[in-house]
Amino acid sequence: MTMIPFLIGIPAVFALIFPFVRDQKARGVIVYTGAGVIMLTTVVFTARWIADGSQVMMLYPETETVDHLMSVGDIALMCLIIYMGAKYRRIVPILLSVAQTALLLYTEFTTEVAAGPHMVVDWFTILMFIIIAFIGGFICIYTVGYMKGYHSHHKDVQDRQPFFFSMLFLFLAAMFGLVLSQNMIWMYFFWEITSVISFLMIGYTRSEEAVNNSFCALWMNLLGGLGFAVAIAWMAKVSGTVQLQDVVSAGAMLPLMCLALAGLTKSAQLPFSTWLLGAMVAPTPSSALLHSATMVKAGVYLLLRISPAFSGNLVGIIVSSIGGFTFIMASMMAIAQNDGKKVLAFSTISNLGLIVGCAGIGAEETVWAAVFLMIFHSVSKSMLFQSVGATENTLGSRDIEDMHGLIIRVPKLAYIMGIGIAGMYLAPFGMLISKWVALKAFVDSGNFVLVLCIAYGSASTMFYWTKWLAKLLCYHIPRETVKDVTRKDEYVSMIFHAATMLLLCLLLPLVAVWVVNPIVQELFGNAKDVISMSVLTTMAIMLVSIFIVPAAMFFISRRSHRELVPIYMNGINEGDNRFFTNSFGEKEHLYLSNWYLRFEFGRRHLRIPSLIIAAAALVLGFCIVIGGAV
Amino acid sequence: MKPVIFVLAYLILAPFVGALLDGIDRIVSARMQRRKGPSLMQPFYDLGKLFSKEMIAVNNVQLLLNLSYLVILMIAGSMLFAGADLLMVLFILSTADMFLIMAASSDSSPFANMGASREMLQMMAYEPLTLLVAVGFYLTTGSFQVSDFLTRDYSAVIWMPGLLFGFMFTTAIKFRKSPFDLSTSHHAHQEMVKGITTEMSGTTLAIMNIAEYYEMILLLGIFFLFFVNSTWWSWIVAFVVCALIFFMETLWDNVSARVKWKTLLYSCWVVTLVAGGVNILILMLIK
Repeated sequence: MTMIPFLIGIPAVFALIFPFVRDQKARGVIVYTGAGVIMLTTVVFTARWIADGSQVMMLYPETETVDHLMSVGDIALMCLIIYMGAKYRRIVPILLSVAQTALLLYTEFTTEVAAGPHMVVDWFTILMFIIIAFIGGFICIYTVGYMKGYHSHHKDVQDRQPFFFSMLFLFLAAMFGLVLSQNMIWMYFFWEITSVISFLMIGYTRSEEAVNNSFCALWMNLLGGLGFAVAIAWMAKVSGTVQLQDVVSAGAMLPLMCLALAGLTKSAQLPFSTWLLGAMVAPTPSSALLHSATMVKAGVYLLLRISPAFSGNLVGIIVSSIGGFTFIMASMMAIAQNDGKKVLAFSTISNLGLIVGCAGIGAEETVWAAVFLMIFHSVSKSMLFQSVGATENTLGSRDIEDMHGLIIRVPKLAYIMGIGIAGMYLAPFGMLISKWVALKAFVDSGNFVLVLCIAYGSASTMFYWTKWLAKLLCYHIPRETVKDVTRKDEYVSMIFHAATMLLLCLLLPLVAVWVVNPIVQELFGNAKDVISMSVLTTMAIMLVSIFIVPAAMFFISRRSHRELVPIYMNGINEGDNRFFTNSFGEKEHLYLSNWYLRFEFGRRHLRIPSLIIAAAALVLGFCIVIGGAV
Repeated sequence: MKPVIFVLAYLILAPFVGALLDGIDRIVSARMQRRKGPSLMQPFYDLGKLFSKEMIAVNNVQLLLNLSYLVILMIAGSMLFAGADLLMVLFILSTADMFLIMAASSDSSPFANMGASREMLQMMAYEPLTLLVAVGFYLTTGSFQVSDFLTRDYSAVIWMPGLLFGFMFTTAIKFRKSPFDLSTSHHAHQEMVKGITTEMSGTTLAIMNIAEYYEMILLLGIFFLFFVNSTWWSWIVAFVVCALIFFMETLWDNVSARVKWKTLLYSCWVVTLVAGGVNILILMLIK
C-alpha cells in the first residue's frame, strides 16, 4: 500500500509547519486542515483496505535505509533526553536512556536477525487508526479553541502554542507508526517518541510542579523502554528474530515479562500510575490525548498484541493480577477525589487495569472484552476530559463541588459530561457490557482473584461516578450567572464524541460482529460469539432504555399539572431554597457537599500499600522468570 | 408462551403481591411489638390516598425520574421472569436505582441529598455480592440464563449456601430493613427525616412505592431461583422458603437498630468476601 508513508508522514509534516506559524488564525486553519486530512486519509485507507478484501498485509521486508534513519532517530532522542536531564539535573532518565539506546544499537549492529515484514495491517491496526485519527483529530480541533481560553485564564504561563500543536500532531504520527509496526525495533522507535513527547507536553507550563511531574513520567516510561530494549536484545540473541509475532509464538518468558513491563508502565498500572496522575498539570487537551487516543492505549495495544502468549503462564498471572489489583485500588482512590481531572485520571487507571487484567488472561473472551473496553473508554474519556476542560475555562474551577447544578448554569456542557459519565458505567452503555463479558471470561478461566476484583471494583466505580452525576443534575438557583466561554470548535468536537457514544451503544452488536470479532479471530485464529443474546434483542433493549423510556416519561410527566413548593430544610425556608433560618433566628446559606470518605479511601492511606503490593508482585515475577531463564 | 405468561403475571400482579406482603409485614411487625397493627389492605389504602392528593413537587424532573425508575425496574423484573441473563438483570437493576438517586438529588434538598448519598453507599455495599450470586449460579448451572436454572435436577442452594446467606444478609438493604435502612425510613422523626423520599409526595411517592414493590418481587424471585429445580414440588418448597426468608427479614428488622455507614459497608463487604467469596472459590475448585 502506497498510502502508509502518508499516514505517518502527513501529521509529521503538519507538526513541522507549526513553529513557523505565529498568527493565531492561520494556525487554527492549519489545525482544522491537518485534522481533516488525517481523518480523510484514514477513511480512504480503511475503505480501500476493506475493498481489497480486508486481508492481513505484511509490508516492507527490505528497509535498510529506514533502519539506519531510525537508529539516528534513537540517538537523537537519547541526546535530547541527556540535554534535558542535564539542564534540570536529573540523572535517572539519562542513565536509563543511555542504557537502552546502547543496548539496542549494540544488538542491531552485532546480531543477524531473520528478515521479515516491518509493518502489518490487520483489523486491530485499522481499529487503532480510526481511534487515533478521529478521537485524536477532534482533540486537535478542540485544542484550538481551548488554548485561547487557557491563555486568557493563565496569564503567568508563557504562550508556547506552536510547540504544543507540533507535539500533538507528532504524537499522532508516532501512534500511527506504533500500531503499524511489526518489527520490534521499529515499534521501539515510535514507543520512545511517544514517551518523549508526553514528557515535553506535561512540562508545557515549565512550572516547578510541571517539570517534576514530566520527569516522573519520563523515567517511568524509560524504564518500560528499557524493558522493551531487553526484550529485543534477548529475542535477537536467542531466537534470531525481532518480530512481535515471534515473541508470541516462541513464548519465551523473559521477553514476555520485559514487554509486559513496558506495557504496564505505559498504561500507568500500579506501581507506575503516579506519572499519569502527575500529567494533569498540562493543559487539558494533552490529558485528553494521553488518556484516550494515544499513550496509555499504546500500552494496552502492546499487551493485547502479545496477550495470546500470556494464556496460562506465570507472566500472564502477574499481568492479570496487577491489572485487577489496579482496577480495584484506583477505583477506590477515585472516591476520595474532588478534583474532576483527578477523578478522570484514577478512572482511566482503573479501567486500563481491567483491560490489562483481560489481556493477562489471554483467552478469546477476555481479549474480546478488552478491545470493547478500549473502544468505549477512548470515546467517553476523551469527551469527559474535553468537557471538564471547557467547564474549567468557564467556571474557573474543575472542582466537582463547584459543578453543583451545572445543568442549570451551563446546560450544554452538563449534558455532554453526563453522557460521558453514563457511558463509563451505566447499564445499556458499552463499558458495562464489556464488564459483563469480562466477568464471564474471568469465571471461565478460573481466575478467582479477578472475579473478586471486578465484583468489588465495579461497586466502587459506581459510587464515584454516581455522586458526580448527581452533583451535575442537582437543581438550584445559581448565585451568579456564568457566561459559557466554550468556543464553537470545542463544541464541534464534544458533540461529535457524544454522538459517537450514543451511536456506538445503539450499534453495539454490529460493532461486535464487524470489528471486535475479526480482531479476536486474527489474534487467536478462531473467534467465539461472545454476546449471548441475539443481535436484535440487544439492540432493542439499548434503544428502549437509552432513548424511549426517558423520552416517554418526559412526555407523560409533562402532562401532569403541579404546584412547585420550596424544599424542606429543617428550619424555615427563606423562600428560594438557598437560605434557611437557623436556630439563632439568622439567615443561613445552605451548602451541600458530596461524600468523599477521605479517611477510609483517601490516597494517603491506600497509595503506599498498593504501590508496595504491586511492586512486590512485579519484582517477584521478574525474579521467578529470570531464575527460570538462566 | 410460558415466558410471556410469567412476564405478564409479573407486570400485573407484582404490585398487588408486593403491597399484600407489605401489609403482612406491618401486621407481623406489629404483633412482634405487641400491637395490633393496621389492616392487611392498608398499603392499598395508602397508595389510593397518595394518588388522590394534589400534585405538589419541588421541581419538574422528579416525577420524570421516578417514572423512569419504575419502568426500568419493570424491565429488569420482566427480564428475570422471562428467563433472560441474570447478570443483565442485575445491571439493569442498578441502573434503575441510579434513577432513584437522581430523583432524590435532583433538588438541593439537604435531607434528600443525604439520603441519596447513603443510597449510593448502600449500592456499593450490596453490589459485589449480587454479582457473585450471578457468578455462583453460572458455576452451578453452567449458564447465566435464568430459564436454564429451572431445568436442573438439583437446587442451586446445595452448591451455594454461602451465597444464599450473603444474599439474605445484603437483601436487608434492598428491602430497606433495619439495621441497614440508612437511606430512608418509615418514620420521619429521625436524623435523616425521610432520606431519599423527603421531597417526594403524592403521585411521585406512590410511584416510588409501587417501584419498590416490583423490586421486592424481583428479589424474592432471585431467592426463589436458589431452591427451584426441575421437579414440581421444588416450586412449593421454594415458595415456602421464600416466605420464611421474608419473615426472617421482618424479624431482623424488629430486633436490630440502624447501624452506622461504616458498619454497613464493612460488614457487607466482609460477609461478601467470607460467605460469597469462599463459596465461589470452592465452586471454582470443584466444578
